[in-house]
Amino acid sequence: MLELRKDIFADERDDNLKEIGKPTQRQDALGHVTATSTYFNDHKLQGMLHLKVLRSPHSHARIRRIDVSEAERLPGVRRVIRGADVPRNLNTLLSLINFGKDDEPTLAVDKVRYKGEPIVAVVAASHREAFEALAKIRVDYEPLPAVFDVEDALKPGAPVVNETYPNNAFLYHDLYDHQKLRFGDVERGFAQADHVLEQRYQMSPIEHATTETNGSIAAPETNGRYVVYTSTQALFFSLDTAAKILDVPSNKLHFVGGTVGGGFGGKVDTMTEPLAILGAMLTGRPVRYIFGREEEMRYGSPRGAERIYVKDAVNRDGRIVARKVRVYFDSGAYTRLSSYAVIKCAAHLPGPYTIPNVHADIYCVYTNRVPSTAMRGFGVTAVDFALECQMDKLADLVGMDPMEFRILNAYRDGDMKAHRREAKNTALIECVQVAAEKAKWKIGDEFKRASSRKDGGGQRAAIPPTARDASPAARPAAQQRTTYERAPTAAPTPEPARTPAPPAPAPAPTSHGATRFSSVVGRRR
Amino acid sequence: MAKLRGRGMAAINYPIGMNLGGDPSQALVHSNSSGKFTVSLSSTDLGQGMKSVTRQICAETLGVPVEDVYVDTADSDTGPHCMGSFASRGTHRVGNAVMAAAREARGVMMEAAAEELEVNVADLETDGRGNIHVKGAPHRSISTKDVAIAAQFRQGRTISGRGIFLVPLSPVDPETGEMSPVTCYAHACLVAEVEVDDETGEVAMVRMDSAYEVGRALNPRLVEQQLVGGAWMGVSHALFETTEPCYPDISHGPRDFVEYLMPGPGDICPLDIAVLERPAADGPFGAKGPGEMSANPVLPAVANAIFNAVGVRVDDLPITPEKVLRAIRAQGGARPQARR
Repeated sequence: MLELRKDIFADERDDNLKEIGKPTQRQDALGHVTATSTYFNDHKLQGMLHLKVLRSPHSHARIRRIDVSEAERLPGVRRVIRGADVPRNLNTLLSLINFGKDDEPTLAVDKVRYKGEPIVAVVAASHREAFEALAKIRVDYEPLPAVFDVEDALKPGAPVVNETYPNNAFLYHDLYDHQKLRFGDVERGFAQADHVLEQRYQMSPIEHATTETNGSIAAPETNGRYVVYTSTQALFFSLDTAAKILDVPSNKLHFVGGTVGGGFGGKVDTMTEPLAILGAMLTGRPVRYIFGREEEMRYGSPRGAERIYVKDAVNRDGRIVARKVRVYFDSGAYTRLSSYAVIKCAAHLPGPYTIPNVHADIYCVYTNRVPSTAMRGFGVTAVDFALECQMDKLADLVGMDPMEFRILNAYRDGDMKAHRREAKNTALIECVQVAAEKAKWKIGDEFKRASSRKDGGGQRAAIPPTARDASPAARPAAQQRTTYERAPTAAPTPEPARTPAPPAPAPAPTSHGATRFSSVVGRRR
Repeated sequence: MAKLRGRGMAAINYPIGMNLGGDPSQALVHSNSSGKFTVSLSSTDLGQGMKSVTRQICAETLGVPVEDVYVDTADSDTGPHCMGSFASRGTHRVGNAVMAAAREARGVMMEAAAEELEVNVADLETDGRGNIHVKGAPHRSISTKDVAIAAQFRQGRTISGRGIFLVPLSPVDPETGEMSPVTCYAHACLVAEVEVDDETGEVAMVRMDSAYEVGRALNPRLVEQQLVGGAWMGVSHALFETTEPCYPDISHGPRDFVEYLMPGPGDICPLDIAVLERPAADGPFGAKGPGEMSANPVLPAVANAIFNAVGVRVDDLPITPEKVLRAIRAQGGARPQARR
């Protein structure tokens, strides 16, 4: 049952609208329920081939040798694709906004870093022939020690998962292995408070479990263009990523999508498009690459696990005076989007509460597991679990009702947030009041009278004196290069104007039409 | 041995759009020669209702009936750039882009109508039913169809508009984390009631009551669809789902929906939702985005309800019967807390 509470905040709205606010039936409802909506996999093209990949059975291993000769001779096999066939076999998704270093190959060349990492792709006339060919590929591995725990991965001497980040942590601002949040003085808060509570919380990796799995179909069009039917959640994001990996101008690609069978964040990573297009380029035929359910569940990137430590200081009157948080995001073997979630998490802390002293260190950690990616509530869901369980424990500790405890500490209009921006348009208190009312959960009159629009600001708008951390020891931006790279990827300055015909050994990366800004430092790199 | 009931709650907020901004979306709106409008986007409808919500925004802004608008999504040759459907940005970012495009198209439509009616454009208004008329004089009216015909074949105007919405990219301070992450937040509070079997450790959902503040419910049915689906994803995350049941050990990963646990029809419970609307200053008609946050309060509310029922805290997700039972045994039996 859904009830619209038009009585609340009525003075801030014009409810005199004609189409907005109406429960109009969805434009696509009839198509969906009668199975006439067109999804990417409904495109059955003449002469279509099928692409499947060979995946690593090891979590961490050096690749000594790959022998595809027997597979190539099988009937039905049109093409075997290896890392060397991929024009730019190293990418990081957020290079489109110039954030992070290229760290992930489309097909592994000298090393595999997680169980299930793609090594070789086979394009064949049928699924069956593609699978039969995969079974004939011989790979010699030299297994390496693997690390799976985020805190183990940060210990000295831990196996290096991804040589681009040799300390097993994403590098923020070319300076720190974590993102900091500093507001006030938490240690003073801990020293003076009536209670201090420190707890550990653990999120689990989770599958997006979309009805439609990841996939795409690429086919040659005229004029050297390729049409790509895809399940992507982000059409131009995937197009620009594919253009970069395949080293073609973005207008060589024509992406068609828009109707997708569920995403939840699991269809941003562009896992199938580059290989499907490359298959079409190399064979001149339409090529379909779609994940099977097992492939999707095991090797399609999941929601990452996070480990969260929360330490709070609370007084007997129920006021939280300090909150210190440490979060480890388990990115798996490659960055994908986890580096971004760390910053989003820093912005989210300490939750929707006004706390005078806040301190957080947030890490994006590499381990030898399937790379994790965005999922509904990215950077926030697990932290909200931790914070709200913690809030329940704190209320219990000071003997307060949990609803009243939240209203007491809730942020209000005009309060200063830990990321140093004023809170506006807040409505946490009203949500708590309405939920209490619906659940017939009794709260005191003073809490029923509380409002997001009252009692904020003033002293609560102040930015407290905050000490800076001691300067870090100068750390060389270590970036070991691996053999699969075709070109140096770091381009620290804008590309200089090209002079005519220099015998350039390796071209600097071009932008493929995407405007590239660093999402962290906000400057062109 | 008993089945014990408990209630727990949680409250959250959620940022709308990509953190730090820098995530533009564009839209194009144009009329055909009989006054029917098409919105061209490269944005994706994942099932969340992108096509429908932008259709309503376009119709409202143009002042035409929703039936006169269709939304075409996600063709890179025809739809202008959009960052993508994620980060709860569809309604807010794409909605604003469509609004801007529709406003520009409406401007041309009104000028064309003014020329046909030989009046000042400032004196005209739309009735939302496909007509444009002089304010206070509904009989001096022209249909949008006739305006489109006149614009196309007599006046030589294109009734069309372009729109973009961009929250400019902003930096983050390495030392303090100072930043401008987003422009608005949605809010929620949820109460979960559970029944815990202290013999098996199994947790059954009894009911949920919730309040979600979404800025503006542009289409209450679409909001409901997001909030109900999200609540069940939350229950699923809290009690069932994991791709690594022995995390951080990667063994025993599920391969299909038989091995991957999720709630079935027998596991759901009554769910009551209240929707609050405190419009965001920069939202289309004040709208924020209900999509992502909908699952978030459920996980801790369920965990807190389990504590209320049997007195154990399980801080590792998912909260499986095994973990609950081990915790109950470790404390020497269930310890129900004060009834709420």
